[in-house]
Amino acid sequence: MIGDGRVQAPFGARRARVSARERLGAYVVLRCSDPVGPRPQAGQFYMLMAATRWGGGEAERPFLPRAFSVLRAPPTNRDLHFLLEDVGPGTNRLCELEAGAEVSLVGPLGIGFATPRERRRALLVGGGVGIAPLAIWQDRLVESVTVLLGFRDAEHAAGAGLLTGAQVATDDGSIGHPGLVTELLGNELDADAHAEVYACGPPAMLEAVRSLCAAREVPAQLALESGMACGFGACFGCVVATRSGYVRLCVDGPVLEASRLEVVL
Amino acid sequence: MSVDFCGVELAHPIINASGTFDAIAAQRAFGDDLLEHFPFAAFVSKTVTLRPRQGNSPPRLWELPAGLMNSIGLPNKGLDGYLAHDLPELAALPVPLIVNVMGFSRDEVADLVGAFAARDEVAALELNVSCPNVETGLVIGADPREVARLLRAIRPLTDKPLIVKLTPNAGDVAAVALAAEQEGASAVSLINTIRGMALAPRSLQPWLGGVTGGVSGPSVRAIALAQVHAVGAAVRIPVIAMGGVQHGRDALELLSAGATLVAVGTESFRDPSAGARVAAELAKLTANSDNSVRG
Repeated sequence: MIGDGRVQAPFGARRARVSARERLGAYVVLRCSDPVGPRPQAGQFYMLMAATRWGGGEAERPFLPRAFSVLRAPPTNRDLHFLLEDVGPGTNRLCELEAGAEVSLVGPLGIGFATPRERRRALLVGGGVGIAPLAIWQDRLVESVTVLLGFRDAEHAAGAGLLTGAQVATDDGSIGHPGLVTELLGNELDADAHAEVYACGPPAMLEAVRSLCAAREVPAQLALESGMACGFGACFGCVVATRSGYVRLCVDGPVLEASRLEVVL
Repeated sequence: MSVDFCGVELAHPIINASGTFDAIAAQRAFGDDLLEHFPFAAFVSKTVTLRPRQGNSPPRLWELPAGLMNSIGLPNKGLDGYLAHDLPELAALPVPLIVNVMGFSRDEVADLVGAFAARDEVAALELNVSCPNVETGLVIGADPREVARLLRAIRPLTDKPLIVKLTPNAGDVAAVALAAEQEGASAVSLINTIRGMALAPRSLQPWLGGVTGGVSGPSVRAIALAQVHAVGAAVRIPVIAMGGVQHGRDALELLSAGATLVAVGTESFRDPSAGARVAAELAKLTANSDNSVRG
């Protein structure tokens, strides 16, 4: 079960130096050295801004920090890895940061993934840039896991290399299974439903995961996304509708039990 | 830098704007580190209404050039929920507590003010008057006569400092402030957010679930400065100023325009400890100006 044994963040924004930036197909992996902060849990996130020139991009934005699930936090150094895709003025600015530049970050924030219950096998399902929290979760899980990843095309599917042993689906059929990653999930659950599903990706994918798992009574933990201003419960902007009303994704998520949701919008 | 605000002793002049910092959620995120480095000299809680509110349907946020527009809709647990769950936790904060309340009628405001009047944990009350009068549909805070009528009913109910949070969406904000002062308000605070709107990129339909929203952040700073200047010239009671404060210099300007306290709001979203930084920068600026006077 998802609990509240969250790793708490140091109070306030702190500086972290970019130690490396790598292009990976359509994505950028940004590595930042965070000598001060605690090591995050898988599924937790950070609020990131470039320390300089945050603003003045498209439409004179960005202004607010952007939320990113941590991609990887190696035990051997103090680096935090983040997976970025240049889709707007915030990610655009972060993608252009080079080694030596500084980011302002707050985190780790939110509630991460919890280990499988009833000795179920872990089944990781990711879509697009949403594969990020699954990579650190695979790092942390002791037993081997099944990994299913879906991408738009071959350029995006380069991200699959961030996880080990992934089965890949692409929308355009250029690599792997031609079609949706949730079709692969259906096959896996039909073969062995004694699984716990961990999923992160676009809303339509998460809704398909929720529905597939609900029909088979398979527990699922969904890492959701919502536009956030603050990341620590102050602004009430990131709410999602659950069966018990709105919850703030930043402090009550971003990982939610699928059974708490009527539908993923 | 300590300040006497209506008889309440504050360590420095920087507080938070209501609705921009949830000290209870922040304790879940930051633990005791928050209490050890609490950024504000007083804590203003999010608006409490008589009955619980879910708030507006999402989306609730829209980023602007140097600012933010929100349409949150005052979600809260209602008076009973606040007294049972929030007040005990907020009373344990290391700074005085100011409770912000809003009612949809004079009776509702009276019930809220009456309930907090007897609570020693509450140092002061702030009245959110940026809501429509259910009988007239007009925003109470936009009309000096409505504000005067409200205060005549509310002022006798408590000895605590009563702050009126002014809306910038009024024809003559200084006239509203003056009406509040004449009917016994202890202080006024401004500016609340400025009404705005955004359209969805593709559909060209309103983006925000609440259709319109409130604009905040550095893009409203010049407007705040002008309104604080006008209100400061009109009233003798203390003024709490806010609107786009990011740096000590911004706070210094609002204090120079007539404010006694300055609140940090949207900047806390970018850095939760922004209040402490603004207070430190302000202290440095003030010390420097003292030196220059002596020199």
